[in-house]
Amino acid sequence: MFIINCPYCGEREQSEFKAGGEAHIVRPKQPTELSDDQWAEYLFMRKNIKGIQFERWVHSHGCRKWFNVVRDTSNDVIKAVYKMGEKPPTKK
Amino acid sequence: MTKNLRIKTSKFIDETYKISFKFNGKTYFGYKGDTLASALLANDIHLVGRSFKYHRPRGIMTAGSEEPNAIVQLHNNTSRTEPNVRVTEIEIYDGLEASSQNCWPSVNFDMGGINNFLSPVLPAGFYYKTFMWPASFWEKYEYFIRKSAGLGKSPMEPDPDIYEHRYVHCDLLIIGAGISGIIAAKTAAKNGYKTLLVEEKSYLGGSTIYQNSEHFKINNQISSSWLEKEINEIKKIKNLEIKTRTSVAAFHGYNFLLARENLTDHLPLEQRNKKTRQRLLKIRAKKVITATGSLERPLIFDNNDRPGILLSSAIHKYANLFGVACGEKNILFTNNDSAYETAISLYQKGINIEAIIDNREEIDSKLIKEIEKNNIKIFKGYTIVDTSGYKRINKVSIMQLSKDGQKVVGSKTTLNCDCLGISGGWTPAVHLFTQSGGKLKFRDEDQVFIPNIYPSDQISIGSCNGEFTLDEILSVVPTTLKKFLNIKETDYENLEVQSSFNKSKRNIWLLPSDKVIGKTKSFVDYQNDATAKDIKLALREGFRSIEHVKRYTTTGMGTDQGKLGNMHALGIISETAGSKMGELGTTTFRPPYTPLTFGTIVGRNVGEYFDIFRKTPIHDWHVENKAEFENVGQWKRPWYYPQNGENMHDAVQRESKAARDSAGILDASTLGKIDIQGTDASEFLNRVYTNAWSKLAIGKCRYGLMLNEDGMVYDDGVTTRLGENHYIMTTTTGGAATVLGKLEDYLQTEWPELDVYLTSVTDHYATVSICGPNSKKIVSQIIPDLDFSDESFPHMSFKNSKIGKIKCRVMRISFTGEHSYEINVQANYGKSVWERCMEIGKEFNITPYGTETMHLLRAEKGFIIVGQDTDATMTPIDLQMDWIVSKKKYDFIGKRSLYRSDTIREDRKQLVGLITENPNEVLEEGAQIVADINKSPIEMLGHVTSSYYSPNLKKSIALGVVRGGKNMMGQKLIIPMKDKQINVTVADPVFLDKENKRLNA
Ligand SMILES: [Zn+2]
Repeated sequence: MFIINCPYCGEREQSEFKAGGEAHIVRPKQPTELSDDQWAEYLFMRKNIKGIQFERWVHSHGCRKWFNVVRDTSNDVIKAVYKMGEKPPTKK
Repeated sequence: MTKNLRIKTSKFIDETYKISFKFNGKTYFGYKGDTLASALLANDIHLVGRSFKYHRPRGIMTAGSEEPNAIVQLHNNTSRTEPNVRVTEIEIYDGLEASSQNCWPSVNFDMGGINNFLSPVLPAGFYYKTFMWPASFWEKYEYFIRKSAGLGKSPMEPDPDIYEHRYVHCDLLIIGAGISGIIAAKTAAKNGYKTLLVEEKSYLGGSTIYQNSEHFKINNQISSSWLEKEINEIKKIKNLEIKTRTSVAAFHGYNFLLARENLTDHLPLEQRNKKTRQRLLKIRAKKVITATGSLERPLIFDNNDRPGILLSSAIHKYANLFGVACGEKNILFTNNDSAYETAISLYQKGINIEAIIDNREEIDSKLIKEIEKNNIKIFKGYTIVDTSGYKRINKVSIMQLSKDGQKVVGSKTTLNCDCLGISGGWTPAVHLFTQSGGKLKFRDEDQVFIPNIYPSDQISIGSCNGEFTLDEILSVVPTTLKKFLNIKETDYENLEVQSSFNKSKRNIWLLPSDKVIGKTKSFVDYQNDATAKDIKLALREGFRSIEHVKRYTTTGMGTDQGKLGNMHALGIISETAGSKMGELGTTTFRPPYTPLTFGTIVGRNVGEYFDIFRKTPIHDWHVENKAEFENVGQWKRPWYYPQNGENMHDAVQRESKAARDSAGILDASTLGKIDIQGTDASEFLNRVYTNAWSKLAIGKCRYGLMLNEDGMVYDDGVTTRLGENHYIMTTTTGGAATVLGKLEDYLQTEWPELDVYLTSVTDHYATVSICGPNSKKIVSQIIPDLDFSDESFPHMSFKNSKIGKIKCRVMRISFTGEHSYEINVQANYGKSVWERCMEIGKEFNITPYGTETMHLLRAEKGFIIVGQDTDATMTPIDLQMDWIVSKKKYDFIGKRSLYRSDTIREDRKQLVGLITENPNEVLEEGAQIVADINKSPIEMLGHVTSSYYSPNLKKSIALGVVRGGKNMMGQKLIIPMKDKQINVTVADPVFLDKENKRLNA
């Protein structure tokens, strides 16, 4: 049970949040222009990294805001938290 | 017959407070302060249980939570009885009843003991190989094997005790109140840290508190006296909370820990009533200090498991703390100085020591000199090769070790004894540290794993960090604390410490024997009966990974998780396989450190609180009117309302008929309701539903289907336009929360430019749905001001109105195919409005119906239920609902997926109606649908999703999904059942009123 620093509320227990998969996957603006393969790439393909991963989380039992988290999946250390629409932090 | 082995008053034992208890049906006495273990030993009882596999007699081996053997069944009654209780942990109380487990018919004559003689056929992998035995053999012995298998018995009735959970927050958590923990607690608390100190035992001070030897002194005081003063001081510190009888079960990431606080297990039974028995503490600590100490290692030699063989440190503790001698003819067997501490303590109390057998050849320390001075025989460079005595040890055979320690040489000597203390050195208790994600390193000089890399703000101190001796602890711990707590000074800077302990040790993981290994039983894991031979066999059979060897031999898989023997298992593997200990790694230590009761885990979440449920504002009326309830999501919904002893079928037939013949009434309050506002609300609906919304007039309602991005049906419901920029969306009962979540996700992450606000208002309204040909008559009496004519109030429209002074929204929408209205009022008025409807509807035989009738009525009309007729593989096209998918809209969620190569396949499973050949035959929901019964294997075409007997059509109707079903109208298919085949015909899924005449009837 880790602690997540919600950018709107501050530090809260993990149990208040829900994970939403890989971050920075943008829904195509013109899906009809895409081939089956290109659409499948958006729809199904996700990374599952051991190490630094960029993820979406939502404070579902709190402010209900979505935001991004940079988490090391090997030890659950959260390296950064930033709002939707903000640029991901560059490697430190 | 039995002797009294109580030797001397100990200040930890209150001899004025006598306690009687029962063990295996016989009454014994002990004193307040005794554990069941010390009380049994004082009564000269050594045979306590039987081992798991071979049913060998076993006794008390330790004095702590690492006990593998002496586990008992506690209490006799069927609700409180508890298996696998370690006698070393339970404090005795008046009325305690314990019995040996894992033995049948009794601990003294145990049928399972035959396994000991069968042991050549019960090698490692026994469990995996068992079913390869000849079947005849298995059947013959199954009865006995079943009878004698397993550890203890579980209670058969609900637990009468109370348990609870509590959250705890602190600056610093210290685990373990031995000397290191006490020093840390005082230092931290005095420096302003809000500190919690937890200790699994009932007393503070660890093993130092009963260390009464002149050989260990601090500032010229005997170490126990010095520590006692420290303890008295910390009890006065305000920001330090001390919890005894509290054992940490789990150490998770981010310094989140679970501990069990034992509140009543030590009290006489009559004092426990209405008190909380155990409390699960959920601790979030900014910093953690682990001071869990170390566990003495046994030594691995042939027959090292007999009753009367104990860890040397346990004998020491029983003598010093409990005033109990474990035997009258004691022998100690060691590879290090620890056993000499025990020897001196016994000697000082006048307890006879026959001899000390020491693996080491050249030894020299003050402790040893004192023993020699008192003419106690020490066999230097010797090892035990065998022991004897069935229910209690009576002899040991010893031989000299070769120079390299690999063999025994010379002749065998036999010594008599009734108790053998063994000491193989110490293993730091790193279990919690590794649970937290910590990485260990192997220290070669004394062959121990110690903490190396910490994953969170924590530190290990004292012997769990490999600082074993008093002088080491008092020099290292204060320095560590200063750095960890960021402070300049401690009270422990210039102590004068006297410690006579010499650290030399001769580590031999598996002691050599004069017998071949196949002929020995050298136990590594006592509880699971895993021997050195088993481990070697596993290696011979090709297992290399420690995790595999563990599972194959079951080493370390008992309730004690192999706290004693895991290191030896590793040692034997490393020696046999020629690999280095440090490179081999360890097995994973998993929570809980010691077993937790289920009561503690569930806390107050039992009975009606096991799973929370939601009630509608009309719930009490349903209860008063004897509704049977169904769980839908978290809601309790009326399922049907049986009258005069009706069964479910009869009730549903009556309710369904009444709804179509005259009037039915349903509590629809559980449907999800989302209030949608904003200038882009219409555009938003366009994007989330498959159909078009821009042109929906104010005051009109529309049915919508929502897909996932993969094109599969996700939810459905009616949405009403209340104003220019204002809608109210209804969702399925079970889908309300996830639909809101999904909509918020898209709004925040994909379309933040849309001006749309979502509010969940499910709980704010009560919804009463009235349907049937007489529904209009009823609602127009309830709301006389409203014009209910079809011209003014057509199907799929809504009006605001009032029932008396109560504001209401009335929607004319239908899920049954009947003319019907939904009245929404503020939730608190729900029950009174419902009751009013019942009263006015009386003359029309208004009939309350539940979810089952609702499902039947909609099935007659071929309306789907998302989640029943669909799973996550059905597109709207598969459901034959092409009409609701807009061709004009450029995009909506899931649109692109509707023409992926997979979703346009003609042979996808599609929703169809099914008519049985025999109109009275009702299909089973979930039954498989096939075309050709003779084909092998039979090809499965689909399954039945909804099935009812329709009282209105007077025949069986069903919906199902069938591969390519859309093009199979009129085709005959088969539903094969266990005892028959049912012939069905594929039909249109709309069974009743295809022309929708009833909507306006
Ligand atoms: Zn928040």
